[in-house]
Amino acid sequence: MKKLDSIQKRLLEEIADLHTIPEGAYNIRSNSESAGRRSTANIEIIPKTDVAGLDIRIKAGTRRESVHIPVVMTQSGLKELVYNDFYIGEGADVVIIAGCGIDNCGSADSEHDGIHRFYVGKNARVKYIEKHYGSGDGAGKRILNPGTEVYQEEGSTVEMEMAQIKGVDDTERTTTAELAAGAKLVVRERLMTHGNQRAISTYVVNLNGADSSADVVSRSVARDNSYQRFDAKIIGNAPCNGHTECDSIIMDNGRILAVPGLEANDVDAALLHEAAIGKIAGEQLTKLMTLGLTEQEAEEQIISGFLK
Amino acid sequence: MLELKHISFDVEDGGQGREIIRDISLTIPDGRLVVVTGPNGGGKSTLARLIMGIERPTSGAIVLNGEDITNLSITERARRGIGFAFQQPVRFKGLTVLDLLRLAAGRELNPAEACEYLAAVGLCARDYINREVNASLSGGELKRVEIATVLARGTALSLFDEPEAGIDLWSFQNLIEVFEGMRKNIRDSAIMIISHQERILNIADEIVMLADGHVEKQGPKDEILPGLIGTAAAVAACRKAI
Repeated sequence: MKKLDSIQKRLLEEIADLHTIPEGAYNIRSNSESAGRRSTANIEIIPKTDVAGLDIRIKAGTRRESVHIPVVMTQSGLKELVYNDFYIGEGADVVIIAGCGIDNCGSADSEHDGIHRFYVGKNARVKYIEKHYGSGDGAGKRILNPGTEVYQEEGSTVEMEMAQIKGVDDTERTTTAELAAGAKLVVRERLMTHGNQRAISTYVVNLNGADSSADVVSRSVARDNSYQRFDAKIIGNAPCNGHTECDSIIMDNGRILAVPGLEANDVDAALLHEAAIGKIAGEQLTKLMTLGLTEQEAEEQIISGFLK
Repeated sequence: MLELKHISFDVEDGGQGREIIRDISLTIPDGRLVVVTGPNGGGKSTLARLIMGIERPTSGAIVLNGEDITNLSITERARRGIGFAFQQPVRFKGLTVLDLLRLAAGRELNPAEACEYLAAVGLCARDYINREVNASLSGGELKRVEIATVLARGTALSLFDEPEAGIDLWSFQNLIEVFEGMRKNIRDSAIMIISHQERILNIADEIVMLADGHVEKQGPKDEILPGLIGTAAAVAACRKAI
């Protein structure tokens, strides 16, 4: 494995809680090169030959194994488009930890656009964790545009946890999913924007099979002059259950647009959306102040709890 | 010891000033459990909020252990040892019962310590410690968590604004036991409870009867309580708590 410098190590810690080489299969991408890779008996990581990226093949029946594929960028002005395809075999049960950290101290924009495609076999279970983080005080922007496509076969379950808490200037996240009968998708997105940041998150979930279900929940905080748009659409094409929720705290001059969308094309499709945007309630601050916290400490506790 | 000196509080009401509290002077000595009662709208909750600093008096002074705290913020008063249990506790999305107890105690609590506070308010700690303080808690559960946060603070002056409101009859028995327990360990702290409940009045050392923004009667329980029984200021549990 190539040696990582201290900034790269810090980014790895932020996005993947990694201090050392992870257990199981992994690929660490650093400034557009692989800084280390390992396949295991059940999980094969193969670099693509036509475009940048990886094919990750997980054998049917693989149980309780994990794949780490973090990306770190510390070189200002770097722009990359990476395709990672995951083929998850029937009945497998795995955890996939992705994430991207950009440290940009320079004046040119740094951008990582990652397209992740998941082909989830019958009755397989996937937990996908993705964290985004930016640091560095250069004028160059830190830009992340993740695209996620999920194709779920019958009876499969995908749980996605996606977090972007700090430092990313500009994000356009697009997630699409196609679910066959009995498949289940759970998404938990947490987002905080500050400064002049902009974050757009779009979901299009097609519930195609009987008894498929989707639960897409976003919690976000927009501070300073930042802007967020949460656009979640669930389409019920069969007897199914769909729920989308956007719950946001707005502060300072932040702006948020929530666009929940439901489309039912089957009489037995049960779809529900909820959206709420508001500032921190005054009584919440008062309560924590009666416990001895300052107003600022109270605000921090409320936000960190909300985004937990 | 808390002293209120000539406290008045006015609010703007349709362009005109309206007096909510009129020239109240009151002392709550250490080692005493004082129950403030009186008809609705008499200014009881406002008085508690003035002591905590949530509202500021129009005139008068609030003195805690010899220090004038009239101009101190809520945070500063809390740090000087005033605790407050709200009549309608607020919910927090994301903060757990344990988070709130830790913030109240001002230190890391291990689960065993947190459990003691929850057990004291009749909640099975295992079921509640990691629950979010959100809409999934019933009104009664939330109320008990609220009281537990005041217990966890261990304050010199603990204020309870209608602790029985929203609590079912079975829990009400527990609640009385909580206050009896606090009364036993009161030492050099003081407790002020706002309540109409006869059984809460019955565990008081002193009773203050507030009406129309001023103190109508004040004195040891044995003197005041007999005159209140059967009035709106002292209601039997079965009438109010259901």
